Amino acid sequence: MQIHTFLSPPAETARRHGPNDRIVMSSRVRLARNVRGYAFPGWAKKPERIKLLELIRPAVEGLPEMHEAFSEAMDNLTALDKQVLVERHLISREHAAKTAGSGLVLNREETFSVMINEEDHLRMQALRPGLQLRQAWTAIDQLDSALEKKLEYAYSNELGYLTACPTNLGTGIRVSAMLHLPGLVLAEHINPIIQSVNKLGLAVRGLYGEGTEALGNVFQVSNQMTLGENEATIVERLEKVLSQIIEHEENARLTLLEQKPKVVYNHIGRAYGTLANAHSITSKETMNFLSLLRLGVDMDVFPGVPRSLVDELFLTTQPAHLQRKLSDKLSAEERDILRADMLRESLKNVDRPVVKKIEPTGLDKSPES
Amino acid sequence: MSVKKMCSVCKEKPATVFLTNITADEKAQKLDLCDDCAKAKGLDNNLTIFPFAADAMLGLGAAQEIEAAGGGVETRCPRCGFTQADFKKSGRLGCAECYQTFAEGLSGLLKTMHKGTQHVGKAPAALRESRDVSERVKALQKKLARAVEDENFEQAAELRDEINKLTPRRTVKSA
Repeated sequence: MQIHTFLSPPAETARRHGPNDRIVMSSRVRLARNVRGYAFPGWAKKPERIKLLELIRPAVEGLPEMHEAFSEAMDNLTALDKQVLVERHLISREHAAKTAGSGLVLNREETFSVMINEEDHLRMQALRPGLQLRQAWTAIDQLDSALEKKLEYAYSNELGYLTACPTNLGTGIRVSAMLHLPGLVLAEHINPIIQSVNKLGLAVRGLYGEGTEALGNVFQVSNQMTLGENEATIVERLEKVLSQIIEHEENARLTLLEQKPKVVYNHIGRAYGTLANAHSITSKETMNFLSLLRLGVDMDVFPGVPRSLVDELFLTTQPAHLQRKLSDKLSAEERDILRADMLRESLKNVDRPVVKKIEPTGLDKSPES
Repeated sequence: MSVKKMCSVCKEKPATVFLTNITADEKAQKLDLCDDCAKAKGLDNNLTIFPFAADAMLGLGAAQEIEAAGGGVETRCPRCGFTQADFKKSGRLGCAECYQTFAEGLSGLLKTMHKGTQHVGKAPAALRESRDVSERVKALQKKLARAVEDENFEQAAELRDEINKLTPRRTVKSA
């Protein structure tokens, strides 16, 4: 089956709901595992990697969770297919660069994605909409327990699950959540928050993980340490920190509306103006403006507009999703035009932002006053 | 007019930084980046590029630590042939056994990187049992030592029987 026909349409993906999804876009728990007796993928030669794939793939496909799954070797996917999967956060950018000897098994509901021969033999992840770290951990724990009956993992009593990179050693767990934090960014409180989260041993990254920028005010928060602490403790700490970040974000939004309504409405209004009227727009600009539109939806200035409309556009305006709709290969300039056309069309029924009356002076109060 | 190379990350802007990374299997990974994406990756200034991947990923000195632990002699993993030099290049190990081969050099690294150096948490079910048993045996042996010290021989005998039950060494029968 083709990945394009397998994946649910973006409109459907955007309508998946979960707790706190106003701020927490998605939760994910990934486990790194390796099969005993084989070199790690980065060091194994191609025939060994192919052998591993032939060993691991049927084992994963046979799991009850993987009934009617999409399963493919990475060399059978086009660059565009892989990029679409990256844009949906179903595979890592590193995995998208893989070819022969690597594979992907993705369940029907798109809640389990198992990457074979990424940095480790197995990178399995459970994905959930909204804030559902505990549920994601339980789900992937079960899948892992079923898989360990079929594959013998590289494990030591002292160091736990042995991984290609020492940073993943032990539990091999990476618990992460994708957060939409426009309030903290606008209020310029984001940097101190990132710093204090870092001090707790957690990493804050951009939209596509390691080394990427926080496009669209979307940040990924995840644990960094994997050895010397059990999974439940890690999940719990992340839950605690996330609930605090959520509170800070909500507070930042309220404070902004109280003290600097003009600043907020100016940002939202300009974002709407550009998105609804531009004739050429880059994907980066789109994401940053869509983030403000999403904030506007959360703040009730676009009555009747569902958040899913914005979330759908977050997906469909990205380069590979845009390219995939067309048969001809587009240049970036052509894509920018097409993206703008699509945005104008999608937003033609979205009315201008309705703003609550602001005091006649129209001047924002400074936070000190 | 020549075709402009686009940034391979954002695919939006023309690339200005051209990075070639030689991976562990000696393949060249080429990455073309625009100014912004290069900056985001910390490659905006030529001088800031880390000479070794291990240092970039695991913190400065990681590669040296592994090397120093080898006492200047190149250690090679007997299982997969991986060397310290390979670790220096990639920041990753070759196989599970490398953790034994390079144990000395890694221990300091793991201490700075993680909460502890002893795994706690999930273990494969098959091994979980053996881990639990060995922990129980250890605890019983402590108790036994104390009982002997206290000359509580009745308890000591009980403990010894219990330990013997948990450690089936009678698989090799004496002739």
